[in-house]
Amino acid sequence: MSRAARELRLLARDPLLLGLVVLVMAALLVFVLYPVLLVLRHSFVTPDGLGLDNYELLAQRRLYRNALRNSLGVATLVGALSVVFGYVIAFSLSRTDVPFKRVMHNLTILPIVSPPFSGAISILFLFGFNGLVTRYLLGLQNFSIYGFWGVVASQVFTFTPIAYLSLRGVLAGINPTLEDAAMNVGASRWQVFRRVVLPLSLPGVASAFLVVFIESMADFGNPLVLAGAAFPMLAPQAYLEITGSFNLPRGAMLAAVLLVPSLTAFAIQRYYIGKRQYVTVTGKPTASTTKAVGPAAKWLLYAFVLFFGVVVVAFYAVILLGATTAVWGFDYTLTLRHFRYVFDVGWDTVKDTILVAIASTPVSGLLGMLIAFLVVRRRFPGRGAMEFLSILNFAVPGTVVGIGYILAFNGPPLILTGTFLILVLNFVFRYVPVGIQNGIAVLRQIDPSIEEAAQNLGADGVTTFRKVTLPLIAPAFFSGLVFAFVRAMTAISAAIFLVSANWNLMTVQILNQVGSGRLGVAAAFSIVLLAIVLVAVGVIGALVGRRAETAATVRF
Amino acid sequence: MSVDLRLVGLRKEFPGHDGGPPVVAVDDIRLEVEKGAMLTLLGPSGCGKTTLLRLIAGFEEATRGEIWFGDKRVDRLAPNARDTAMVFQSYAIFPHLDVFENVAFGLRMARVPEARVRERVGRVLDLVGLTGLERRAPSQLSGGQQQRVALARCIVLEPQVLLFDEPLSNLDAKLREQMRIEVRELQQRLGVTSVYVTHDQAEAMALSDLVVVMNRGRIAQVAPPQDLYSRPNSRFVADFIGKANFLSGTVVDTRTVDVAGARLPLSSDAPVAVGKTVDLVVRPEAVVLRREEGQGARGVIARAAFLGDHAEYDVRLPSGDLVVAHEANPAERGMFGVGDQVTVTTGPLHPLPPEA
Repeated sequence: MSRAARELRLLARDPLLLGLVVLVMAALLVFVLYPVLLVLRHSFVTPDGLGLDNYELLAQRRLYRNALRNSLGVATLVGALSVVFGYVIAFSLSRTDVPFKRVMHNLTILPIVSPPFSGAISILFLFGFNGLVTRYLLGLQNFSIYGFWGVVASQVFTFTPIAYLSLRGVLAGINPTLEDAAMNVGASRWQVFRRVVLPLSLPGVASAFLVVFIESMADFGNPLVLAGAAFPMLAPQAYLEITGSFNLPRGAMLAAVLLVPSLTAFAIQRYYIGKRQYVTVTGKPTASTTKAVGPAAKWLLYAFVLFFGVVVVAFYAVILLGATTAVWGFDYTLTLRHFRYVFDVGWDTVKDTILVAIASTPVSGLLGMLIAFLVVRRRFPGRGAMEFLSILNFAVPGTVVGIGYILAFNGPPLILTGTFLILVLNFVFRYVPVGIQNGIAVLRQIDPSIEEAAQNLGADGVTTFRKVTLPLIAPAFFSGLVFAFVRAMTAISAAIFLVSANWNLMTVQILNQVGSGRLGVAAAFSIVLLAIVLVAVGVIGALVGRRAETAATVRF
Repeated sequence: MSVDLRLVGLRKEFPGHDGGPPVVAVDDIRLEVEKGAMLTLLGPSGCGKTTLLRLIAGFEEATRGEIWFGDKRVDRLAPNARDTAMVFQSYAIFPHLDVFENVAFGLRMARVPEARVRERVGRVLDLVGLTGLERRAPSQLSGGQQQRVALARCIVLEPQVLLFDEPLSNLDAKLREQMRIEVRELQQRLGVTSVYVTHDQAEAMALSDLVVVMNRGRIAQVAPPQDLYSRPNSRFVADFIGKANFLSGTVVDTRTVDVAGARLPLSSDAPVAVGKTVDLVVRPEAVVLRREEGQGARGVIARAAFLGDHAEYDVRLPSGDLVVAHEANPAERGMFGVGDQVTVTTGPLHPLPPEA
C-alpha cells in the first residue's frame, strides 16, 4: 500500500480530524494561493487576450524601470543598515552588562508595535518642508527629504527592531561554552568575537538581512509618504496604477515583479540558510561569566544603543507634539482639536479597526496552532504543501495580496469586496505564519507521548488538540495572538486595497491625512492607534503570564 | 617532584538571589598537585567541583585565595592568559570549523607558523586516532570522535595544566570505559598535570593518582584511590565511595572490636582508645558469610539478590542492624536462601573519627 493511501486510511479513522484537514487545506488554497495566482495571470492580460505586453512596458517605460531599481536599491541598503544596527544593539544588550537593558530593549522594539510608517511622519515633522530641524534649526529653504534617503531613514527606523529581535535570538543561541573554550585555548576577546561569535552568527545575520529585505520591498506606507513623485517605487506605483489609472493589469504586473525578489529572498532564507544554522551540541547549560568585551568597546556599543533609543523617544515625542499642535510649522498653539477630529469624524474608523482586529486575532491564533499541530503531529498527504502554503503569505508582499483579493473576490462565486469579512480574512491568512512558526517550534519540544497518552486514554484527535496540545502550547498561542493583533491594527499594504466607505481602517486614514497635508490629524490617529495597541499587548501579556505558569505545571 | 598547581585558601561566593546572602560555592580549598599527576575532583552535584575547575580555568574569579601554576600566580589573569586547556562536558567544539581547524584553533591564536601548526595538529590527531578525518565537520562525527577532537584541541597546546569537566558523561557506558582508559594512557604518556571533574566514583578511581572528595564546597578528603576506599575519613566519604556498612562497636584492644557481642578485627592504622565506642566501616565484599557456627556474629539472611558476578545479601544481626554482604562467584558457589542462619565475620573494620 502506498504511503499516501496508508496515511489517508489512518486519518479516515478520525473523521473530525480528516474534515479539519480538508477544511484548512481548502481555505489555504482559496485565501492564499488562488489570489496570488490570479495576480500572476492578470499581469499577462492585454486588450487582446493574454500576452507579455505589460512586461514589455517594464523595459520601455523609465518610470517602471526606476521603480524596480529604486525598490531593490532601498531594500538592499535598508537590509544592510538595519542588520548592522540590530546586531550592535543585540550584542550590547545580550552580551554585556550595561545598565537599563530592559528599558533599552523595550524602546528598541517600540517601532514594531506602531504603524509601520510612524517613522515617516516623524521625519516629515523634523525634516520636511516645515521641519523642526531643517527649517527652524538650520534655516534650510530648499531642502527636500523626499526620495532615497528619506525612505531609507524611515525604513531603517522601522525595520531595525525586526533585525534586532532576530539577531538577539541568534546570539542567545550561541553556546557560551564555545566562547569559554576559545578563550581557554588562548583567544583574546576580539579573536573570540571575530573567529567564533561572528562566524557562528553569520547565517543568522544573512537571515535577518533577507527578512528586512523582504519587508522593505513590501513596505507601502513609508514610500508612499516619503518617496515623492521623483522617486517611484514598486509597491506604491502598483497601488497608483490601480487606484489612480484604474489599470489593473499593469498594477498586477508591477506586483508580480515585486513578488520575484521577495520570493527569491524568502526561498534563500528558508531553504538554504535555514539548513546552515549551527546547532550546538548540547550538554550541561552553563552561563558564561566571561566578559565578552572590554570596557571601552562596551561603552562605545552602548552609546549607539542609547542613540537609537533617543531617536525612538524623539520620534514619538515629535508625533505627540504634532498631534497637539495647531498647525505644524506655523502655529504651535497647544490644541486638542486633532484628537477631537479623531473621536468625532474618525470615530467610525477607530471602531472598524478595533472590530476587524478583534475578529481576526483569535481566528488567526487558533488557526496557527491548529496548522502547527497538524503539520508536526499528523501524517497526511499534502502535509508539506500545507506548511508551505501557510507560511507563503509571509513572503508575499501585501500589495500582491491586496490586488489578488480584489481580483479573486470581486465577482461570483465569492463576492466579498467592501465587506467586513474580506478584511478579517485577509488579516487571518496574512498574519497566521508567525503563530504557525511559534507553534511548530514549541510542539517539536513537547514529547509526542503526552498526546499519545491522551489518545490511549480515549480522546480523539480533536479532543487531544483541545485538551492537551493547546494548553501546552499556550505561550506560543498568546504570542501569536499579540503578533496578529498588532499587525491587524497596523497593517496597510494589503488593507488599503480592501477598505471601503463602510469599513475603513485607521492606518489608511493616517495615510490619507498625510496625503492631504493634515499631519496633525495623522499624528493624533497614530497616537490613538499606538495607545490601543499598547493596552491590548499589555492585556494579552498579563494573560500570557498566567497561562505560561499553567502550561509549565502541566508539562512537569 | 615539583608542585605544578597550587590552590591556597580559595573561596568563591555567588551573589544570593533577590539580594539574599551570598551563596558560597567553594570555600577553604587548599591543594597541591605534583607535576604530571592526575587529580580528580569527585562529589555529588552541587558540591562545588565544577566551580573549582572554572576558577582554575579563569572563567570565574575567586572571592578570596590564590591559584599558582608552578611559581606563577595566575588567579588575576584572564582565561586566555592562563596556560590551561579544558575539555568541556559539552565538548564545545566549534560547529563552523572542521576537525583540523578545531584542533588548530589554539595554535592559530598563538600565531604559530603554518608549517608547525600542520605538524603539531597532525601528530596530535594521530595520537587520538583521528587521522583521515581532518576535513570532517563536527556534525558528521560520532560522540566518541567529538570527544577526541575536544581532547586533541587541548593537548596540542601542551598546556601546563589540563582540565576536564565531566568529559565522558555524554557517552554510552561501553565507550565511556574505553575513553577512560585512553584518557589515562594519554595523560601519563604526555605527563601533563591534570584536574578532572566527575561525579562517577569508578571513573575517579580508574583515572587518578589522587582523588579529592568534595562536599558542600569544601574538601572532605584527599587521598589516592585505594586509601580513599579502604580508609575513608568520614561517613560522607565512605558512603559516597562504593557501598559501606556502618556499625557501632566497642574497642577491646588495638586489634579487636566488639560489635553486638561478636569479636571482629579492627584496622590497625587508626589508633583508638581501648574501651571507647566508635563508628566502624566495612565494605560489603569484606563481609564473609558461613553456614556453620563458629567465631563471629550469628545472623539471618533477610534479602538475597543474584547479580551475576556477585550475590548481594542483607543479613539481620541479633542487634537488629542490617549488614550488606557481597559474595563473589555465586553461580558456582551457590546462594544462601532468605531465612538461612549464617555466621558473619569481616575483614578489619575501619574506625571513623568522631564527626565534628
